[in-house]
Amino acid sequence: MYEFDYHRASSVADAAGALGKADDGSLIAGGQTLLPTMKMRLASPSDLVDIGFLEELKGISVEGGGVKIGAATTHAEVAGSSDVASNIPALAALAGGIGDPHVRHMGTIGGSVANNDPAADYPAACLALGATINTDKRSIAADDFFTGLFETALQEGEIITSVTFPGADKAAYMKFANPASRYAMVGVFVAQTGDGVRVAVTGAGEDGVFRVADMESALGGDFSSGAISGVSVSSDGLASDIHAGSEYRAHLIGVMARRAVDAANG
Amino acid sequence: MTETGIGAPVRRTEDKRFITGKGRYTDDINVPHQTYASFVLSPHAHATINGIDTKAAEAAPGIVAVFTGKDVAEAGIGGLICGWMIHNKDGSEMASGAHPALANDKVRYVGDHVAMVIGETLEQARAGAELIEVDYGVLDANVETGKAKDKSAPQIHDAAPGNAVYEWAIGDEAAVDAAFEAADHVTSLDIVNNRLVPNAMEPRAAIGDFDAGTGDFTLHTTSQNPHVARLILSAFIGLAPENKLRVIAPDVGGGFGSKIFVYAEETLCVWAAGKIERPIKWTSSRADAFLNDAHGRDHETRAELALDKNGKMLGLRVKTVANLGAYLSTFSSSVPTYLYATLLSGQYNLPAIFCEVDAVYTNTAPVDAYRGAGRPEACYVIERIVETAARELNLDPVELRRRNFVAEFPHETPVIMTYDIGDFGASLDKALDLADYDGFGKRKAASEANGKLRGIGFSTYIEACGIAPSAAVGSLGAGVGLWESAEIRVNPTGNVEVLTGSHSHGQGHETTFAQFTADRLGIPMDQVSIVHGDTDKVQFGMGTYGSRSGAVGMSAMSNAIDKVIAKATKLAAHLMEASEGDIVFENGSFSVKGTDKSLAFGEVSLAAYVAHNMPEGMEPGLKEGAFFDPANFTFPAGCHICEVEIDPETGTTEIANWVAVDDFGTIINPMIVEGQVHGGIAQGVGQALVEGAVYDKESGQLLTGSFMDYCMPRADNLPSFKLGFTETVCPSNPVGVKGCGEAGAIASPAAVMNAVTDALGVKDVPMPASPATVWQAIQSSTKQAAE
Ligand SMILES: Cc1cc2nc3c(=O)[nH]c(=O)nc-3n(C[C@H](O)[C@H](O)[C@H](O)COP(=O)(O)OP(=O)(O)OC[C@H]3O[C@@H](n4cnc5c(N)ncnc54)[C@H](O)[C@@H]3O)c2cc1C
Repeated sequence: MYEFDYHRASSVADAAGALGKADDGSLIAGGQTLLPTMKMRLASPSDLVDIGFLEELKGISVEGGGVKIGAATTHAEVAGSSDVASNIPALAALAGGIGDPHVRHMGTIGGSVANNDPAADYPAACLALGATINTDKRSIAADDFFTGLFETALQEGEIITSVTFPGADKAAYMKFANPASRYAMVGVFVAQTGDGVRVAVTGAGEDGVFRVADMESALGGDFSSGAISGVSVSSDGLASDIHAGSEYRAHLIGVMARRAVDAANG
Repeated sequence: MTETGIGAPVRRTEDKRFITGKGRYTDDINVPHQTYASFVLSPHAHATINGIDTKAAEAAPGIVAVFTGKDVAEAGIGGLICGWMIHNKDGSEMASGAHPALANDKVRYVGDHVAMVIGETLEQARAGAELIEVDYGVLDANVETGKAKDKSAPQIHDAAPGNAVYEWAIGDEAAVDAAFEAADHVTSLDIVNNRLVPNAMEPRAAIGDFDAGTGDFTLHTTSQNPHVARLILSAFIGLAPENKLRVIAPDVGGGFGSKIFVYAEETLCVWAAGKIERPIKWTSSRADAFLNDAHGRDHETRAELALDKNGKMLGLRVKTVANLGAYLSTFSSSVPTYLYATLLSGQYNLPAIFCEVDAVYTNTAPVDAYRGAGRPEACYVIERIVETAARELNLDPVELRRRNFVAEFPHETPVIMTYDIGDFGASLDKALDLADYDGFGKRKAASEANGKLRGIGFSTYIEACGIAPSAAVGSLGAGVGLWESAEIRVNPTGNVEVLTGSHSHGQGHETTFAQFTADRLGIPMDQVSIVHGDTDKVQFGMGTYGSRSGAVGMSAMSNAIDKVIAKATKLAAHLMEASEGDIVFENGSFSVKGTDKSLAFGEVSLAAYVAHNMPEGMEPGLKEGAFFDPANFTFPAGCHICEVEIDPETGTTEIANWVAVDDFGTIINPMIVEGQVHGGIAQGVGQALVEGAVYDKESGQLLTGSFMDYCMPRADNLPSFKLGFTETVCPSNPVGVKGCGEAGAIASPAAVMNAVTDALGVKDVPMPASPATVWQAIQSSTKQAAE
């Protein structure tokens, strides 16, 4: 790790100010992604602005049939929240399947969404549920937020304050974990809402999380796993690495989507 | 049996300190005025070093010294050695390229050591290391075992043309040819034993220290064998005479073989401490451990088994290419030869065996002994091919094995081993029973009804432990003997210190050895302390590896205990004015037969130290030592049965059931033995299902360089194991033990892969049988079936 200056922000505004003044500053929330990269000397921010302690970024509230989750809320808090469990059980289950207990007690939803790791779980939930990512400047629809590998619509210095998830009639997430990292090798989130069906895939795309239009329209007519048994996903644009080739990933998307639909139908 | 006697499941006394964070590992130790070392490692798999600019680093804050290969060469420090000379088929010696502690002209794998930077703090040392500029001339690299000898492969060492380290063979080629001519059936199999990264929980570490006043060096290091390390550093590398070098291996958190060897880092910490006259500490990062701890396995093998029409084995022919990496690590050359091919007879009456092994250099980390060392590779070959042959002959794999089991002992194999004792049928029977083999068909049908594929696989393994008879290994090329020493120091008050050359780094010696000694002397276990891991305390020892600490280390203790009892008996007879022949030593007390006279062990020891009344000619004190050189290897053997259930949609393999029945001879502490079996199976399942080191074929970079990509087995990869034991007491040592540390890792990969191939109905699936690999195998076999 290289040397850096540490600021514990007293408010979101204070954080934005400190970040603005820093040479090459970085927000830190749970540190579960940032700290390992700093220890490996792959990242060397001049300043760390810690927003992980800010009460205004914490907590979960029920909004309509959905939930609004503060950016600094940990995965464990989401997994253990009765509000999330009763409104969007699939989201609570997803959070409970991230990493290990240590990671879940430190890592935050804001950090996960801001980082947009192509194998992270939350981006699939955001996209499938049609979430809104709220920042200190604006609100961004999930469809516009995830723009590529580790890329988001966030501007320099912009701070995520919360994520709003509308409720769903039916939803489920199926994760096929990478055997080594246990991040998603293929994760499929399906959600049926008043606006139709959304199917979002994480772990598999070369450019990160994406939606599967063919499945969405098939499921829109008939929300059953049988409806998508004939829908194949092309391996074009899918990641290929030592753990899984793109064809295998394409195949797994089908399997996980069908299992997710079955789970959503209970 | 008492509560702590031989055979009792005594809880491990050392665990309290380990699980409460009170262990004292090398990195926990700090020496006044200590500096920190950071190493510049090669980012290239193969490159010439055209120049190294150290100026900026030397001028950086807190930098104490910078050393490069030139400094080490100029100091006349010898290179790292390989301590086992293997001879080629034609009788010539193996080729071995120099392994300087810091590279001079060339780097040969990603992670090769290029410079040592010493700083006042670790951060300063690291920052300094980043300022070193190395001018590399990048060369083509080869990381592939099978391609090392291709004409197009880059030449890695001038001393080893064609990257050939040796071409070695064992067995009778003509007899094998004749067996194949007479055969009714030949089964052949091409298999790969995947490369593994050892990943001990504690990374390697070293603190080199030099006392300018006395000229003495001290090395604290993570070693499985501190005396051997000292011998190598002293006699071969030439750092200091043995009497001027103390090596201490304190608590060590796992080794699995990787901490047997002498590496560049500790060598340089000692040498450079003498140069700067200050202590130097180095602790490996996990990332460096992936690159530089000696890897394991990495064989490519073609095996052929000749059988007659009744399924009787006639001959075995094996050709293996073994990847030894970029340099020959300390015992690397022995692993794919004498630790491998000598076990190819398995549990079978195989009249003829011929095995050829080509060892090659590649641009990868050095490969050396890793839990099982050669024997897992041998077991994998023989147990996979036997199972394959059974399928081809439409015979129950159990039946084929039974028809060929060795049943009479001693049994001489065609590959120089003499099995002293065993009962292979007994462990198989017990395992079949525990596994409910008869119910397998029902379970398979139930799995099928759920859309799953179920398979069962056997591994009736044998291995050789208790290494080893010194003269025998000497005749095979070992640079050292493989006896063990022990000293029993009885204190005046009757408690005991046991000094042993064995080294505990997870095995629970402090418990087992104390239990054994207490039982033999009839004193409470807490009156026995085990002393190990310090060359200033223990006279000499060969260390712990190859499941030798029980069979060899404890045998030395046993002989030393015999001597203590003999002397104490004489003294007791004198004190009680009885004849020596009338003294009975039992439950810690010496009594005179037929009388009520007796003396406790502590009373006799006190008398020995007070020495007021000694028999004529007897020296005071009660302390005895012994060196035990085994007469033979020991042969743990048994049967593992693995049942898997595969989800054909995803390729995920789940282990549904695991039975292991082992014959380890006498068992001192069954709880510790079971723990060793559990850990061994976990590692074997790791190799079979999840682990595998992968280098990029073009760049030579290690792609599995962290736990994000290198998959370690976890609790949820494993079932609850069903263990059983059979016992044939080992005749080759006074304790009757055979060794249990590696059996699980040796037996299990074959059991898993036999089960996986059974479930899929295919001949082979490469390890690790990851979901992607299994899914691919299913795709190929459905495609083949369709064609
Ligand atoms: C061992 C391990 C296993 C893991 N397994 C999984 C897994 O299975 N699935 C999964 O999805 N993830 C996994 N993760 C990642 C984990 O979920 C991280 O917690 C998450 O990606 C980042 O959250 P954080 O709070 O730790 O962010 P930090 O590491 O603190 O920050 C990450 C990045 O986000 C930025 N950031 C943080 N908060 C905000 C904010 N409010 N606004 C704008 N930018 C912000 C930071 O500046 C930084 O660039 C794993 C991590 C580890 C270490």
